[in-house]
Amino acid sequence: MTPEAPASLIEQLKAHFGEAIESAREALGQYTIEVSPDRLLEVAKSLRDERTFRFQQLIDLCGVDYLGYGQDEWETDAVTDEGFSRGVTGLGPGRFAWDNRPRPAGIPNRYAVVVHLLSIEHNLRLRLRCFAADDALPVVPSLVEIWGAANWFEREAFDLFGIVFEGHPDLRRILTDYGFVGHPFRKDFPLTGNVEVRYDPDKGRVVYEPVSIEPRVGVPRVVREDSRWLQAQNEAAGKAN
Amino acid sequence: MAEIRNYTMNFGPQHPAAHGVLRLVLELDGETIVRADPHVGLLHRGTEKLAESKPYNQSIGYMDRLDYVSMMCNEHAYVRAIERLLGIEAPVRAQYIRTLFDETTRILNHLMWLGSNALDLGAMTLFLYAFREREELMDCYEAVSGARLHATYYRPGGVYRDLPERMPQYHESPWTKGADLKRRNEWRQGSMLDFFDAFCEDFPKRVDEYETLLTDNRIWKQRTVNIGVVPPEMALRMGMSGPMLRGSGIAWDLRKKQPYAAYDKVDFDIPVGVNGDCYDRYLVRVEEMRQSCRIMKQCVDWLRSNAGDVMVRNFKVAPPSRVEMKDDMEALIHHFKLFTEGYATPAGEVYCAVEAPKGEFGAYIISDGANKPFRVKLRAPGFSHLSAMDEIVRGHMLPDVVAVIGTLDIVFGEIDR
Repeated sequence: MTPEAPASLIEQLKAHFGEAIESAREALGQYTIEVSPDRLLEVAKSLRDERTFRFQQLIDLCGVDYLGYGQDEWETDAVTDEGFSRGVTGLGPGRFAWDNRPRPAGIPNRYAVVVHLLSIEHNLRLRLRCFAADDALPVVPSLVEIWGAANWFEREAFDLFGIVFEGHPDLRRILTDYGFVGHPFRKDFPLTGNVEVRYDPDKGRVVYEPVSIEPRVGVPRVVREDSRWLQAQNEAAGKAN
Repeated sequence: MAEIRNYTMNFGPQHPAAHGVLRLVLELDGETIVRADPHVGLLHRGTEKLAESKPYNQSIGYMDRLDYVSMMCNEHAYVRAIERLLGIEAPVRAQYIRTLFDETTRILNHLMWLGSNALDLGAMTLFLYAFREREELMDCYEAVSGARLHATYYRPGGVYRDLPERMPQYHESPWTKGADLKRRNEWRQGSMLDFFDAFCEDFPKRVDEYETLLTDNRIWKQRTVNIGVVPPEMALRMGMSGPMLRGSGIAWDLRKKQPYAAYDKVDFDIPVGVNGDCYDRYLVRVEEMRQSCRIMKQCVDWLRSNAGDVMVRNFKVAPPSRVEMKDDMEALIHHFKLFTEGYATPAGEVYCAVEAPKGEFGAYIISDGANKPFRVKLRAPGFSHLSAMDEIVRGHMLPDVVAVIGTLDIVFGEIDR
């Protein structure tokens, strides 16, 4: 995607920001840095203004809920004395209804905000990740002052994930219905949702009712260690060294 | 003296010029816009969440339904992101086919835009003209994929199948008969590539026709010149891309700057505007159609002389042929596993973007090593464009809102996702 990006962008970032950024790495030809919420604004401002970076465009901003990252629903490696696992259990959003949704608490680094930046001047892209400190009330500083495009993207992340952007001028829901309850893209929000609407001819208006569809998962989530990908990755790593 | 208060008005969500389900709350001082507050989300389907609950390949069809007038470009971004995660690359012939169909899609999108925008601003004829040409191109969609709109033609590792040897012809029916039938089938005597050749030969003349209707039209210019001016500084700040950015004079096109598919092997130019108003963006889009036609011609020539695979021969990602499947146990197992469980991608994250007709359409996928993506985020160009709406229309008159909505080229399938 960024074909002739200088290999030194990571070094430049590290040299310029020092401990202000938590980590900087390159994977699949794309650059990612992680910043803590209290340093985010300062880092973002220099990324936009410094001559070496000039990330003038915020291309995308989205929330991520890392609950259940790397968990599968089907044991495929070993057989127990009861036979193979059936792949019918798990905690994916398609498996539960609103009433019996899991209530996880105290997971560190559950919510993150991921920002994609583009520098038209240097033809570079950069991914910026910022983990919200508190899992119960994730708060991240707003980037609206730095990139105007962040306005709606932050409203979207607030709407779908419940991430609060401190300093946002107008943090309203954007995609969900008026009067919607919950944050639908969280991993503990059921895929079926919680209410459904229909027109009631007796009442002469649209009514909201608890959802009637049963939660169902067609294909279980499977994590497979495919040796070919490992091999490809090792080869790529070997080439880089 | 009576107190004069601003008037708040609802524009949409059921308004033909709102291009879908846009509810625009306008605050008016007389006929001047003081504030515009777009309410979106009336078409929110949770595509990204649905994609998280399905194996990778089963979500390709959802991509068509995002920006439903530039279907294959959306697929392209998603498919490319998966390919990048897997570390595979589509064969060259598939890359050329993708380039060909991306440009077909661009023309389809711009025709739709041109026709509906002209209709909004009072020019009826163009709508009918634009749909005439769209018809021909949608026939190409149908010939390769079986569907006129929601193609699901691009797959990780290539495209679903090679271009057909014969272009399907119209049969006689109460609606198509006699001279009309003959005219329609005239281009369809040979292969699909012959059809594309005939189309590309003819299309620039059609664009000339559109231009005679609009480019020097006094009413068209009154409605678009100096309306909805986007200064380059604002275009950058608001994350604009595609014709919105180029209309403001910034020569940025992913097809040139970060080439993908076969764009580095074809020759084309990037039109750029000067004033950043609706008229400039109109000119940019019209020129883009001509350039697309140029790219298509080059792809057709290449495809004619170079045969080859259109899908990787990696049965973990792409299905084996029916013949192999019936003949070979391994192939049968691969087929079964691929269509039930799918394939697991290595853990990691990737963002891949394409220059969709409306701007930069990107797919951001986080994988945790499973057969379903952990998180999919689709970056729709229209979302950032519409977020700048308030800033653009302030101080304009009420009828200009229609011109600005038109020039943003918004489609709610992608904005609401």
